[in-house]
Amino acid sequence: MEGLRAVSLESILAQFRDPDAARALAAAIRTRSTRPARLMEFCGGHTHAILRFGIPSLLPETVDLRSGPGCPVCVTAAGDLDRAIALAQVPDVILTTFGDMIRVPGSRLSLAQAKAQGADVRVVYSPLDALRIAQETPARPVIFLGVGFETTAPMVASTVLAAEAAGVRNFTVFSTHKLTPPATRAILAAGEVALDGIIGPGHVTTVIGAAAWRFLPQEYAIPCAIAGFEPLDLLRAILSLVEMVEQGRADVTNTYARSVRLEGNAPALAALERVFEVADVEWRGFGVVPASGLALREAYARFDAARAFPVDVPPAKELPGCRCGEVLRGVLLPTECALFARVCTPQNPTGPCMVSAEGACAAYYRYGERI
Amino acid sequence: MENVIRLSHGAGGRMMNDLIREVFATPLDNPILRQMADASACNLQSANLQFAISTDSFVINPLFFPGGDIGSLSVHGTVNDVAMAGARPLWLTAGFILEEGLEMGVLERVVRSMGEAARAAGVQVVAGDTKVVERGHGDGIYINTAGFGVVREGVHVGPQEARAGDVVLLSGTVGDHGIAVLSQREGLRFETDLLSDSAALNGLVEALLDVAPHTHCLRDPTRGGLAAVLNELAAASNVGVEIEEAAVPVRPAVAAACEMLGFDPFTVANEGKLVAFVPSGEAQAALAALRAHPLGQDAARIGTVVAEHAGLVLARTAIGGRRVVDMPLGELLPRIC
Repeated sequence: MEGLRAVSLESILAQFRDPDAARALAAAIRTRSTRPARLMEFCGGHTHAILRFGIPSLLPETVDLRSGPGCPVCVTAAGDLDRAIALAQVPDVILTTFGDMIRVPGSRLSLAQAKAQGADVRVVYSPLDALRIAQETPARPVIFLGVGFETTAPMVASTVLAAEAAGVRNFTVFSTHKLTPPATRAILAAGEVALDGIIGPGHVTTVIGAAAWRFLPQEYAIPCAIAGFEPLDLLRAILSLVEMVEQGRADVTNTYARSVRLEGNAPALAALERVFEVADVEWRGFGVVPASGLALREAYARFDAARAFPVDVPPAKELPGCRCGEVLRGVLLPTECALFARVCTPQNPTGPCMVSAEGACAAYYRYGERI
Repeated sequence: MENVIRLSHGAGGRMMNDLIREVFATPLDNPILRQMADASACNLQSANLQFAISTDSFVINPLFFPGGDIGSLSVHGTVNDVAMAGARPLWLTAGFILEEGLEMGVLERVVRSMGEAARAAGVQVVAGDTKVVERGHGDGIYINTAGFGVVREGVHVGPQEARAGDVVLLSGTVGDHGIAVLSQREGLRFETDLLSDSAALNGLVEALLDVAPHTHCLRDPTRGGLAAVLNELAAASNVGVEIEEAAVPVRPAVAAACEMLGFDPFTVANEGKLVAFVPSGEAQAALAALRAHPLGQDAARIGTVVAEHAGLVLARTAIGGRRVVDMPLGELLPRIC
C-alpha cells in the first residue's frame, strides 16, 4: 500500500464531516420533505456509514431508509458457501478469503469452524496476497474465494492476469462475484417493496459509471443519487432524492463526483471483460438472478477453482428461522425480525446479515437500533 | 459454548468474557476473583494493607514492532494492570515459554528490553521460570508476567465504583499500538511513522491520584480498545456512559489506517493509555495533572457517566448524530469493499 499522507486525509475527513454543514443539510432535508420517501441504499457499506454517524437521528419521519442487498457476504448463496468450505477441506489446499466470510454459518459449519478443525483457511486483505502465498508455496494449491461486487472483481481479474503473466500454476479463484444493477432490477421487478429512490453505491459506481444507473429513471421512473461514504456525501444524496421525490422528477444525480464519472473506470472494466463473463447466479434471498454474476471465461479455465476441484457438496440447508433474504430485499427491517437481538446477535449469528460488517442486521445491532 | 478454542476467544471482547465466565470462573471461584478486576485488591488483615496482584501473558507477533517489543510490553502490561487498581507496582515474576530453534540473540534483546522497562518503571523482577517447547509448538517466545503492588491508602478504585456524574478522562490518543503492530505484521505493510504507545503508566497514575484521590475507575484500554473498557465499566457499575466522538484524540495516521481497513479506532488496542472515571469535583485538577505528565500530554475529557441507559455506551457522532458504542465482539476483521 502507498504511504499515507496523513495531513491531506485529515483535511478531507474534516471537510466531509463538518458538523455545521451536516446540520444545514439535515435542516434542508427536514424542510423540503413533505411526503413519505422510502429510499433504499443498495450498499451495505452505506447502511453501516449511515448508522455509524447517527444519520437516522437527524432525518424527519417522512424519510424511511431501507438497506438493500449490497452486502457481498450476505448474498453469497448457501450452496456457494458450502462449496467454499468443501474446497477448504480438500487435502493440502490453502483457502484464502476476505475476513468477513469466515464467520458466516454454512449448512453444517462455517469457514472459521473448518479452520479450527484443521483446514488451512487464511484471511487476506487483497487477492494479490493470495497470489503471493501461491508463489511462496508452489507445492500447495491456493484457492482465493472471490466475494464482492464490481468494486472487488476488477482486483481479482488483475490478479488472475498477474498469475498468468508470472506463470503461476497453483493459483485458482472460486468466483462468487456478483453485479449490482441486475439485483436492483430484481428487487423492483418483484414489487415487494415500493421504493421512491435509490442511493447508488459509490464504490461500485466508480467502476461501472453513473450512466449504468440510467435504467432506474428511464424504465422505473425512480430517481437515483450516487453517494460517497462520508456523512456529508450521504446527506447530500438523501437531500437530492428528497428534492426529486417532492418534484415528481426522476434522474440520476452524482453527489460523489470526486470519485464517480459517467463512464466509470475503463481499465477496471477492461480487466473484468477480459477475465470474466456474465453468468446466471444464485443470490441468497433471491434465487437465481439472470445475468447477475461473473464466471471465469473458458480462456482462464485453469484459474477456475470450481473446475479444478469438482467437490461433492450435499444440498444446502436453510438456516432455520433466518429472514436474511427478506432483509436483503428491503422487505423487512432488521428490527422486525423475531430473532434480531434476541437469538441472533453478532456473537451468536443465525444468518450472514448479522455476521458481516456490511450486513444490515449487524449495523443495526452495533449502532444501537435495537428493539 | 463452542467446543474448540478460536482466535476470538483471546481478543478482549465478548467471546473472551464469555470464556472466562463459563470455563474459568466457576472452578476457580472465590470472592476476590468474582470481582473480575484486572488486578485484584487483596486484604492482608494483620498488616492492614491492600495488595494488588495481576497476571498477563504475552504472545504478540511480531516480537519486535515500532515502539516496543514483547519484552518491554510484558513489563508495561502487568505494571499497568496493577497501577489500574490504584496500587504501586513493586515486584514482577516472569515465565518464559521458548520455542526450540529461537536465536539466542533474539532472546537476549528481549530480556535486555525487559530489564530497561522494569528499571524505568521502578519495579523489580523477583522470580522467573523457563520452559522450552519443540519446534513448531510455540511462536518464538511467549512470556507471562505476574505483578504485585500495594494499593495506595485511601484509594478505592474498581469496576463497580463508577457513579452518575463522573467525568470520563482519556490520557491520550487511541489506536496507536494496534495499528503500529498491524503495520508490521505480514500481509499488511504500509508506511506510517506510527509507534506503539507501550509505556508503564504507574507514574501517570500517581500524578492523577495525587490530585484526584477519589477517582472511581481506572482502566487501560488494551485488547478491545476504548469501546471494550467503557462497556465493561458501564456494565459492572450499572451506569450509562455518554461520550463525544470528536473529543477522543486520534492521530491522523491511525485515523487514516482505520478508514482504509474499516476499523473503528475505539476498538483498536492501546498499551500506554488509561481511562479514568473521576468525580466531577476532582475532574479539572485530574485533567491538568494528566496533561502535565509526559505520558498524558494529549489527555482529554471525553464524556460523562449518567444514570440513564445503564450498561449502554452512547456517543454523539462527529456530525451531531447519536449512536451506540458497542462492545467489540472479538478479532478485528477488515472490510471487503
